Amino acid sequence: MAYDKFIILKSTAFPLPIENVDTDQIIPARFLKATERKGFGDNLFRDWRYDSDGDQKSNFVLNNPKYSGKILVGGKNFGSGSSREHAAWAVYDFGFRCVISSFFADIFKNNCLNVGVLPVQVSEEFAKKVFDAIEIDPKTEIEVNLEEQKVILLATGETDTFDINGYKKENMLNGFDDIDYLQNINDEIKAFAETRPF
Amino acid sequence: MSKTLFDKVWDTHVVRKVENGPDVVFIDRHLVHEVTSPVAFLGLRNRGIGVKYPKKTFATADHNTPTINQHLPVKDPLSANQLKALEDNAKEFGILHWGLGHKKNGVVHVVGPENGIVLPGATIVCGDSHTSTHGAFGAIAFGIGTSEVEMVLASQCIMQPKPKKIQINVNGKLGKGVTPKDVALFIIAQLTTSGGTGYFAEYTGDVFDDMTMEGRMTVCNLSIEMGARGGMIAPDEKTFEYIKGREFTPKGKDWDKAMKYWKTLKTDEDATFDKVINFDAADIEPMITYGTNPGMGIGISQSVPKAKNAMEQEDTFNKSLDYMNFSEDDKMIGKKIDYVFLGSCTNGRIEDFRAFASIVKGRKKANHVTAWLVPGSHIVEDMIKEEGILDILNNAGFELRQPGCSACLAMNDDKVPAGKYSISTSNRNFEGRQGPGSRTLLASPLVAAAAAVTGKITDPRELI
Ligand code: SF4
Repeated sequence: MAYDKFIILKSTAFPLPIENVDTDQIIPARFLKATERKGFGDNLFRDWRYDSDGDQKSNFVLNNPKYSGKILVGGKNFGSGSSREHAAWAVYDFGFRCVISSFFADIFKNNCLNVGVLPVQVSEEFAKKVFDAIEIDPKTEIEVNLEEQKVILLATGETDTFDINGYKKENMLNGFDDIDYLQNINDEIKAFAETRPF
Repeated sequence: MSKTLFDKVWDTHVVRKVENGPDVVFIDRHLVHEVTSPVAFLGLRNRGIGVKYPKKTFATADHNTPTINQHLPVKDPLSANQLKALEDNAKEFGILHWGLGHKKNGVVHVVGPENGIVLPGATIVCGDSHTSTHGAFGAIAFGIGTSEVEMVLASQCIMQPKPKKIQINVNGKLGKGVTPKDVALFIIAQLTTSGGTGYFAEYTGDVFDDMTMEGRMTVCNLSIEMGARGGMIAPDEKTFEYIKGREFTPKGKDWDKAMKYWKTLKTDEDATFDKVINFDAADIEPMITYGTNPGMGIGISQSVPKAKNAMEQEDTFNKSLDYMNFSEDDKMIGKKIDYVFLGSCTNGRIEDFRAFASIVKGRKKANHVTAWLVPGSHIVEDMIKEEGILDILNNAGFELRQPGCSACLAMNDDKVPAGKYSISTSNRNFEGRQGPGSRTLLASPLVAAAAAVTGKITDPRELI
């Protein structure tokens, strides 16, 4: 399923400076029972956002009215653990289009790219600057430029670059996905399949 | 050119290389379960396309299934709905389906190998991160997201850049009471949960050579917990012995032909890895975790480390200890335990039940402990009965439940209550993994058994 194109995003951000945030926290298993991709944003970080009575925990960043925006800035090794794509859906459905971290878990990163959330991996120093900038001014804006593979802290002009493989970049810029690509090489795949012994 | 085992298998599956992009990799076996597949099937329908190679696709229900009274309708309507969706999708697209109650039903990573679906030199994917289990057979096996499940259903291919390679070498002999689970938890504690990210592992050395297939599966299963996509072990006589004669294993001439190929599946002597790590078996003792990720593990005789010595940043480390209600320098031995879970795709195989039984035999379950003993499949369940293990368990005051993922991720009713401590043979101790507020300590079946009979964390070596 194609998603919105991603070219340049200018936005404020939510800071979540915790390491090893796993996908069980991003979306707990009990919310994986849907058979459609709908409504996962409501349960994003469910157990960190709400207490057992369903009331908001005021100290959690997503409940803090100071913060807003389409960018989530996470600590190191963001998205570890379970491969559930529901985690990336929840991030997307909540309204995020980009996650910035100094290090991403593999499968989560891949899942993000497949659903239209851009994972931006920056240096540890730059990640710290981002957290500091948001702490000083929660309304500070960050620009993520996919074409140029750059993140810019607009208040100071400080910039970092990020990697993305050329093919995935084209996909994100155009809102294409892998299945579109694979459908076009059907015959080649079929010929290959015939050579497989089992 | 010399190649590693991983190179050999990967390279023979590349359909084409995309310029500046990933490889298009052909998938031999696709395992499907009820949780990560419905949206993928929906996607196929929306695109108006079908499943390209339904004979290479196998479905089983496990994540949502109850572990008692499986003959009754599933109570939770959302779980029932997902199970039904899998059944309907399998029927519509012509996929083999082992639903609840089927004699081959069980946890996807347990039933795959049991039925010869998993073969050396194959590429195997599943919408579940512990697909890495199947690397034990010298297959490339890894977990994928739902978009990729849809991709594989639609094309039998996946688009991934080739990962880097890490060799993890453990030589020497394991001490008394030290199991494959301990080896894996030890490695993860050394490398941290992100130390393997971007890599595919090959496990080499005496320890893995000596291991049973069940043990190798446990180790490969946990590869994902150090961040690696997967891990593999070169196939040997034990591997061939294990797969021979199973339902989907090649037979007759096809077997002979396959054997010829399988025997070439080992890393060439002068092949190189991007990273090599060596451990000594003598340094490993029975392990237990004290924190909220699988990398926070220590030898059972040790104490919780100080924040300043931990691999995590101080905030993250303290948050974790707060959640567990542990303090720096706490001794692990002697801590009270409320729940014991034996099962999951990590430790839900026959060997794990044999190990558990070896300790509880002639002893009694501690009164205050709730124990869930959940076989990985009906085939495991049958072996437990045939080998007389069930009697040992019953005599010690334990009951056996029916197969499924159960308390590994608590999507069914097997939930550990908030604040309670659970020794679990599964693979993840994340906050709330076994139920909201639950506190999980990962360990081997031996450590779990020792806790189940004493009611507290106990060194199993004292009971062997
Ligand atoms: S047993 Fe646990 S880890 Fe294994 S497949 Fe089931 S839920 Fe996933």
